[in-house]
Order: sequence, then C-alpha cells, then structure tokens
Amino acid sequence: MIGAIIIVGLIFIVAMFLIGIYNSLIKLRNQVKNAWSQIDVQLKRRHDLIPNLVETAKGYMKHERQTLENITAARSKAMSAESVGDKGRAEGELSAAMSKFFLVVENYPDLKANQNFLALQEELTSTENKIAFSRQAYNDQTMFFNNKIEMFPSNIVAGMFGFKQAEFFEIEDKAEKAVPKVDFS
Amino acid sequence: MWELIQQNKRKSWVLFIMMGACLALLGYLVGAAYAPPDGGVAGLAIALFIWMLLSIISYFSGDSIMLSISGARQITSDVHPQLFNVVEEMKIASSMPAMPKVYIIDEAAPNAFATGRKPQSSAVAVTAGLLSRMNRDELQGVVAHEMSHIQNRDVMFMTFAGIMLGSIALISQVFLRGAFFSGGMSGRVRTRGSDRGGGQGQAIIMIVALVFAILAPIMARLLYFAISRKREYLADASAARLTRYPEGLASALEKLSKSTEDLPRANNITAPLYIVNPLKKAGAKLSNLSSTHPPVEERIRVLRTMAGGAGFLQYQEAFNRVTGSKSKLIPQSGLKDSAQAAIRTGSVDAGAPVTQTKRTVDDLVRAVNGFVFLTCTCGLKAKIPPDFKKESFPCPRCGSVLRVPTAELATAAAMASGLARDANGVPQEHPQLQRMTYHRKGSGWESLSCACGKTIQLSPQFSGSKLVCNGCGREITIER
Repeated sequence: MIGAIIIVGLIFIVAMFLIGIYNSLIKLRNQVKNAWSQIDVQLKRRHDLIPNLVETAKGYMKHERQTLENITAARSKAMSAESVGDKGRAEGELSAAMSKFFLVVENYPDLKANQNFLALQEELTSTENKIAFSRQAYNDQTMFFNNKIEMFPSNIVAGMFGFKQAEFFEIEDKAEKAVPKVDFS
Repeated sequence: MWELIQQNKRKSWVLFIMMGACLALLGYLVGAAYAPPDGGVAGLAIALFIWMLLSIISYFSGDSIMLSISGARQITSDVHPQLFNVVEEMKIASSMPAMPKVYIIDEAAPNAFATGRKPQSSAVAVTAGLLSRMNRDELQGVVAHEMSHIQNRDVMFMTFAGIMLGSIALISQVFLRGAFFSGGMSGRVRTRGSDRGGGQGQAIIMIVALVFAILAPIMARLLYFAISRKREYLADASAARLTRYPEGLASALEKLSKSTEDLPRANNITAPLYIVNPLKKAGAKLSNLSSTHPPVEERIRVLRTMAGGAGFLQYQEAFNRVTGSKSKLIPQSGLKDSAQAAIRTGSVDAGAPVTQTKRTVDDLVRAVNGFVFLTCTCGLKAKIPPDFKKESFPCPRCGSVLRVPTAELATAAAMASGLARDANGVPQEHPQLQRMTYHRKGSGWESLSCACGKTIQLSPQFSGSKLVCNGCGREITIER
C-alpha cells in the first residue's frame, strides 16, 4: 500500500516536472515568434515613413532628384519582395539608398533647419535602431530557446515533442549590415 | 535570461530575509523590554504587522507614490519624441511585454529612475537636466540601465527592502525616544519587573534592547546599501548588453558624475532607485560601505575596459580586472550567452556639440506645462500657451495665418493640470456629460463641433484617440 502511494507520488512529481519544462519551452518558442514579427513591424514602419521624407525633401533638394528616385524605387522593390532572400537584399538596397540620402542632406542647411524634416529624421533614425534591436532581440530569444533545447533535462522533453532549433537571423548583404549613419549635429 | 533573473532573485531574497530577521528580533526585544513575561511575542507581531501593512501599500501603489514624491509628470510622445523612441528601442531590445510609461521631472540635476513592480506595468522617469545634456547614445545607455532595473525585478525588491528599512527605523526611533525621554515609562517598567522578582534579568533585556535598537537601523541600512550597489552593477551589465554599446552608458555616467546639483526631492530611501546617487553632498564623504551606489568612476572604468564584446561575460571579466576582486557578479547561466554580443559602433559623432540646450529645455518645460507647439511652413515653431483664446494667428516670421489646434491645446492643458486621469491620460471630469464620438475623414486639418457648440480644430499631427472639449469638458472619442 505504502509502496503504491510512493510510486504514484513519484510519477506525479515527474509529470509536474515535465509539464513545467514543456510549458517553458512553449513560452520560449512564442517569444521567438513574437520577436520575428517585431522585425516585420519595424520594416513596414520604415516603408511608411519614406514617402513623407521624400515629400518634405523634394522642395529643398532640386538637384538630387536621382537620390530621391532611388529611395522610392528601392522602397517599392522592398515592399513587393516575396521571398526572405529577396526581402533581405531589397531592404539592404533601401538602407544603402537612405544612407546616401543622409550624406547628401549635409549640403542643404535649409532642409536641416526644417522642423518637419528634423522630426522625420528622428523617426527614421529610431526606426533603423528599432530594426537593429528587434533583430538583436530575435537572436537573443533564439539563443535562449536553442540553449534550452540542447540542455539537460529540457532536451529530453524537447526531443519527445519534436521541438526544433530556431534559426539565427544573419545579415548576408554588406549594405544591409551598414546602418545609415544619421548625424544630429 | 530568466535563469539569470531567477538566480538574482534568490540571492536577493537571502539578504531580504536577513533584514526581516533583524526587524523581527528588534520587535521581540522591544516588546520583551516593555512587558516582561510575554510581551516579546506581541512586539514581534506588531513589528511584522507594520512591515506587512507598509509592504501591501507599497506593492499596490508604490510606483505612484514614487512618481509623485519625485514630482514626475507623464508625457506623450509629442513632447519629446526622441526620449519616447529611445524607450521604445530598449523595450524592443529587451523583449519587454509592454511599453513603459515615460515621465519627465522638471529638475536641472541630471538623473533618472525606473519604477513598477513588474515589466507589464512600469514607468521610466528622467529629469529635464538629463535630456539637455545627453546625446542619443548616452540617453540610450541611461534608459537601458533603468529598463534593466525593471527587467531584473529590482524595483519591487528595492521597494520592499526600503519599506523594511523604514519600519526598522520607525520602531527603533519610537523605542529609543520612549526609553530616553520619558523617564516615567522606563521607571515603571523597572518597578514592575522588580516586583515580580525578575529585576536583574529585566534590566539585561532592557540594555540588550537599547543596544539593538541603536544598531539595527545601522545594520539594516548597510545591508540595504549592499543590495543596492550590487544591483547597480547588474543593471550596468544588462544595459551594456542591451545597447551593445558600453561607451554610451560610460560617457553618460561621466556627464552625470560631473554635475554637482542635488535632487531636492530625493531622499535616502528613494536614492537607490536613481541611476546615480541623487544626494551628492550627503554621500560624497561617506565611506564605500554606506553608499547606495558603487563609485561612478569604477562603473565607468568597468564599462570602458570591456573588451571583445558587450555580453555579461565581458562585463564580468572587466569587473574583476578593475576591482581586483574575484566575486561573481553574474550567475553562471548568464555568462554562457555572450558569444555573439559584439560591440557596435556609436551612431553619434563623439564631438557633436549639444545644440540649443537652453531652448530645448525651456521647450520641454513648456510642453510639460501644457503648451502646444505648432510648426509653420516657414519652419518657425510657435509655442502656444494653454490659456490662448484665439483660433488662429499670423505667423510672426512669415505672416501666414496659423490655425490653433484647439483640441490639442485643451488636452495638453488638462494633462498638465494634475486632474484625475484615466489610463489614456484624459481627465475624468464632468462624467455626467454624454460622451461624443467623431470619425476622422482623413489625416489633414479637420474641424468638428462639440455638442456645446464649440468648434474644435484637429491638426494633422493629432494622434490621440480621445480629447476633451475646452468649452464644456466633454470627452470626445476620435475614430479613424
């Protein structure tokens, strides 16, 4: 009788332990997913901001039509990109076009004094940062998740329920790696 | 990450329990000294009751108490977009579940603190002086440090420990005053004690209680400060890891340490919540043991000697190098994940001058006080006071007629005057008036007329979901 109670108790403890591990794995996996969607949110925000930027700058930068057209073209390309690879490349081109634009802005003191432009510049800088930080957060979450899958004893539960390691978000394109340098001086 | 928080919590609990024991012993001794046979238990119960009562109060309204004693005011993103953006960037980097509320304190001394018992509902407050001195990277470092306090659950812990310290100080004060200044009280105790024939033992208990009442607050304070210092280092390490840019926080700390102003509203209990000790004059000459924050120079040196990455491992190595101690600051589980935390480059030129400092701070204070800013097409920024009555005025520079965003003005003015507010910062006034809903047609200028006949103009920048009519105080919901 006592033996039976001990066995049932042990089974109960082990079951609770496994449930706890399983739940924490699910939680981590959802965090990875959530971090991934953050990246998309920020990329979309950048697309939304660019028309305003072009509109504001157009009046001041009569001689830079090419630069502005490049940004618009890169934006529409990035928006229409389907696959992850295309998307990465297109976003990289967009980043390159933007950094060129912010270099050229230095020659237009009137534009730099415009309050609307300054506000937009802050928004864009912040969006670039948010893209970088959401990537960083995604990679952080991925690492916690992957560590959990590899480590004992959670690796047993992960194996039982078929949890797969998440992929890190690596930047392939060099232009993509170079976040446009925005100067506030 | 949460393993790190877990381990961090556990270590802190040990210190927390030690302080609890301190309080319980004090209560017992005081009780035993006053009412000989079984007063000890009653004293113990009273001490624990005081602590529990204060803890419950601080758990449920600690953050609002902290914000109101520091004089912080909640702002919207229009007031300081950069601060808002930086907070949001750090929210993303730390994967926090909700955006903290942002507050500004109208003080010249640069400082910042965070509050909130859990990451779901938290707040970050910075002073106007901080905003005027920091560039973007430095501000990011400061905000990251504060958000780390929230993330590591430091705020709740420090609030509880502070309450504990407060109740110990309270009990020992009351006891010591009773013992020293009312001779009748202690005389009566002694007489009653000797009547029962335990005079000798009673006197000893009295002396022990006296000594303990003097020592307990000091011990509790040292413990409290020890917890606080460790948490500052941990928050620095987390901030470096979040921003991937230790130099930002280091140079921010450098600027903070150069300022000599005190924060008049800070006190001993709230001090550990700030990024640097807000009480410089008081803390300057005290020894290392009795300060709430580690020496700033040491924190800066640790951050600057971090080499090869911005992870916890690098911070731990730098810490051991600089302080020469072998103590483990960060639990083992936190050290493993440092492999890919490479230091990034700064986004701001190091030599960039802080431009228009005076004007920026003035504008900030105006915004906090309910001014609304209107940017003309010529680039001029008009500052409209909350009691401005006209609906339009000519631009002082180019003469073109500017329309006053009356809706924003009314909302901003209501925000600034500390009325009761709901979650969206809209004052809950005149509840008997029927609410209105207005559907926005586009994103340009629009005017709507309130049921009281007042015309309200919406500017393209207006992004709120509710506003208050400045004629009748009615709440109008804006839908788009």
